[in-house]
Amino acid sequence: MPALCFDRRRMLAMLGATAMSFQAGQTSAADNTIAFGQLYASFGVLGLTFSDKVKELSGKAVSMRGFMAPPLKAEANFFVLTEIPLSLCPFCSSDADWPDDIVVIYLDRAQTFEQANGLIEVRGRLEVGSWTDPETGFVSLLRIVEAGFHRV
Amino acid sequence: MRKLLAILITSTVLFSPVVASAATVFPLDRATILVSSPFDVKVEFDGVVAEGDVSVTVNGQPAAEVLGKSLTFIEKEDGVDASAVRINEVTLPSPGTYTVVAKAGSEEKTVTWEVYGTPEAPVAKNVIFLVADGLSVAHRTAARIMSKGMSEGKANGRLNMDDLDYAAFIGTSSTESVATDSANTMSAYMTGHKTAVNALGVYADRTADPMDDPKVETLAEALRRQTGKSVGVVTTSELQDATPAAVFAHTRRRAEKAEINNHIFDLKPEVMLGGGSAYFLPQTQPGSKRKDDVDHITLYKEAGYTLATSKSELETAAGTNTGKLLGLFHTGNMDTTLDREFLKKGTVDKFPEQPGLVQMTQTALDVLSRNDEGFVLIVEAANVDKMSHPLDWDRAVVDTIEFDKAIGLAREFAAKNPDTLIVATGDHTHGVSIVGTVNDEKDADSMREKVGTYAEAGFPNYEDKNGDGYPDRIDVSRRLFLAANNGPDHYETFRPKLDGPFVPAIRNEDGKYVANEAYKDVPGAVFVQGNIPTSGDTGVHAVDDVVLQASGPGAEKFKGYMEQSDVYRVIAEALALGAKQTQ
Repeated sequence: MPALCFDRRRMLAMLGATAMSFQAGQTSAADNTIAFGQLYASFGVLGLTFSDKVKELSGKAVSMRGFMAPPLKAEANFFVLTEIPLSLCPFCSSDADWPDDIVVIYLDRAQTFEQANGLIEVRGRLEVGSWTDPETGFVSLLRIVEAGFHRV
Repeated sequence: MRKLLAILITSTVLFSPVVASAATVFPLDRATILVSSPFDVKVEFDGVVAEGDVSVTVNGQPAAEVLGKSLTFIEKEDGVDASAVRINEVTLPSPGTYTVVAKAGSEEKTVTWEVYGTPEAPVAKNVIFLVADGLSVAHRTAARIMSKGMSEGKANGRLNMDDLDYAAFIGTSSTESVATDSANTMSAYMTGHKTAVNALGVYADRTADPMDDPKVETLAEALRRQTGKSVGVVTTSELQDATPAAVFAHTRRRAEKAEINNHIFDLKPEVMLGGGSAYFLPQTQPGSKRKDDVDHITLYKEAGYTLATSKSELETAAGTNTGKLLGLFHTGNMDTTLDREFLKKGTVDKFPEQPGLVQMTQTALDVLSRNDEGFVLIVEAANVDKMSHPLDWDRAVVDTIEFDKAIGLAREFAAKNPDTLIVATGDHTHGVSIVGTVNDEKDADSMREKVGTYAEAGFPNYEDKNGDGYPDRIDVSRRLFLAANNGPDHYETFRPKLDGPFVPAIRNEDGKYVANEAYKDVPGAVFVQGNIPTSGDTGVHAVDDVVLQASGPGAEKFKGYMEQSDVYRVIAEALALGAKQTQ
């Protein structure tokens, strides 16, 4: 019994800690919410400059809201998040082009996309810097990895 | 001789029914080729053939002898279970008719090429070739009515294009289809060879590699080979977009924009003004769309170019004495005139310092005309097409007015420099017409009932009080009603899209394009059922002829109906590109 009590106390403590850390996590995620307008400090013909906020949050847990661009195929582990709904699928149409300010979302697991047209919220870890997807050759500068998403 | 040829052709026709399968020969049958211009020859056999069975003759002689190069035999092409023969970069130095016969086993194909020469001396020193992408008759008529007004059935003014001296109907179809795109159409203008949809400066072969297709010479290459003229390109699209790219590039796939930018740099046009800086930036630079570390900004600077990235920098650069000017004003396509100058929508908040087509054209003329040897300037009003696709007629028409102002500058230049040939045209058309007007003041329950047709259309009430050639407002109470004859499902709002370019359809989770619900609740909006496949996102190009107009030396050759590829020949003859004009 004492052992159980101890265990129970420990368990409660652990639960409390978990709840607290979850709460803390939520709080920090709330702080770490990035809007599309906050990605770049400047837009220019000779390139875009990342904002201080993006630089600070590099490698950290973030959340972002936006629209899922039409995906390349129904089931995949990544998609592109855009500020406004895209009518075109730049992967599918050889002539379409991505807007400048996109974020590529790599999910923690491949899943079937059902809703391509509606606001979603993505949570995951922010990666900053040029990276080429070895499978698709798609070059991205901003990524949210180990990500999950839900409709807003 | 002619009789003999006729007999030969007849016998070929007679024998053809017994031939099991036919090979494909590039250049295709009836190709017209500028004398001495380099091109690649390729024969694609339908099956695997033995090298020893292959024979290719030109006017009855072995091809290798006539073309001065040996044939390369490919037993099995990459990804294709069939053989091919190639001879790259050959030239035919004498004008005439060339009959090519390719044979292997039971396969046989005969094609005839016409190699044309040009006069020894040019009649034109300069060529200004202005193309409004997708320019259709409705765009012209709407631009005239919107810009100049109309009363009692007569236009109250004339567009600059209305007073060009000669005109021709241009057939725009591609080698594979009656329908067409900006790649193959502009490529036909700029090489004299028709090709397939999405292809630039090449015949479209069957292999998957978009960079290995048989090449033909582009106008920029011919100018470099034969003349000391300067070359300039001005566009409101990305500089790597199909229309400007066709002046330089060789690829089966217009989407190869990073590679196209390399092709452009290889030819170093003296003036390049437009959007598409993303393909000039190395991949590590945010905003880049390259997949390598090549930094074209640095390359151009090292090659002696003056760089301008805004309206004011372009103004300063106009006085540059380097004679080489690179103006990049957007990472992607530049905004429309309506957004840039009036509504401040689109991406104008991100790129507020974009010049327009008129300033870019004027600067290009200033810089290029300093070359005593002359110049060729290509001007593209890209947004006429880019706004016709999403059925945003107001933006397309206002950009047509801007295009006409650029034609005005060309005409002013030609008035002082009469040895200048001006060509103003579209590359293909759109399925659009002016139906009448929409009259807000008409007493009716719905917007649809406010459409005026026949006598009820009356005349629109656009005003141009400041005399800048643009209507002061496009959302007047009685405005032109333009409608497309094709498109995806969408909502017709009967009103200009003041909040940004129209997005008629959105792709759903099944990959089908459905009407964009964002316009559903616009008062009076009606659902318009699409009539193209649901895989189509926007309105499509029409197969209708383009109207080409021209003035100046050589322009009299534009008449009647011409194939798009014939336009190149007129330019080549005016500039005498068959004759070497440099030491």
